[in-house]
Amino acid sequence: MQLAMFAYFGAAILLSALFVVYFRNPIYSAMALLTMFMHIAGLYVLLEAEFLAGVQLLVYAGAILVLYLFVVMLLNVQSRGRFVQKQTPAVIGLGVLAVIELATLIFHTRFYPELPAIPHPGVPTLGNTETIGMVLYTQYLFPFEIASLVLLIALVGAIVLAKGKLKYR
Amino acid sequence: MVPLSWYVALSSTLFLIGLVGVLIRRNIVIVLLCIEIMLNAVNINFVAFSKYQHVIDGQIFVFFVITVAAAEVAVGLGIIIALFRLRETINIDEINILKL
Repeated sequence: MQLAMFAYFGAAILLSALFVVYFRNPIYSAMALLTMFMHIAGLYVLLEAEFLAGVQLLVYAGAILVLYLFVVMLLNVQSRGRFVQKQTPAVIGLGVLAVIELATLIFHTRFYPELPAIPHPGVPTLGNTETIGMVLYTQYLFPFEIASLVLLIALVGAIVLAKGKLKYR
Repeated sequence: MVPLSWYVALSSTLFLIGLVGVLIRRNIVIVLLCIEIMLNAVNINFVAFSKYQHVIDGQIFVFFVITVAAAEVAVGLGIIIALFRLRETINIDEINILKL
């Protein structure tokens, strides 16, 4: 059952990612990306990360993708001319080399033939969201605050960049 | 139980698709979308290892990756709008104003 679910989600993710690269119209690409985000959320549920599945749907599918669609429709650029960039043969050769290297690495690595044991078997485990909350607000409190700073800077930067010519007085 | 190597293979294939998209596409919006694909590939890896090792920290990392991705999208789209206002194009190979 789990294998079948993994096969479905994995195949859908790869197919929609290919469509993102393949489609000529940016709006179709964004829609394919939406499909990919949703199936990745399904994969997170399969991996028992329910909170992250919710965050994935809310933040990626809900916020980031809408931002993309806004910009694509705002610019309204018909793609004309070539579809892909020009590349030299050396670049293509290097790409093939990278693919071969990656495949070799994956097929020659032994990933945990036996799973490590659960650290404290007697303790009843909390739910996924409770555990994340506990760790995030104790052990990772400082990175959490830094993340809010990153978001603030991105907010100000995006407004300044998109506003165009400011009148400095 | 799905083997961990399958997740790693899925994630690296997804990363590869995103990388190829960044390298070959001309439309700058699609390039940003492909960067999102690469970030998601990394996230799948984090969550898979987090489950198979019974350590929650991987999921916290995914949380921060999503935060940084949101910031990156906001700033990147701002840059795209500013560039479009300046050059009336969104093709990457026509944007070369930083070239000497």
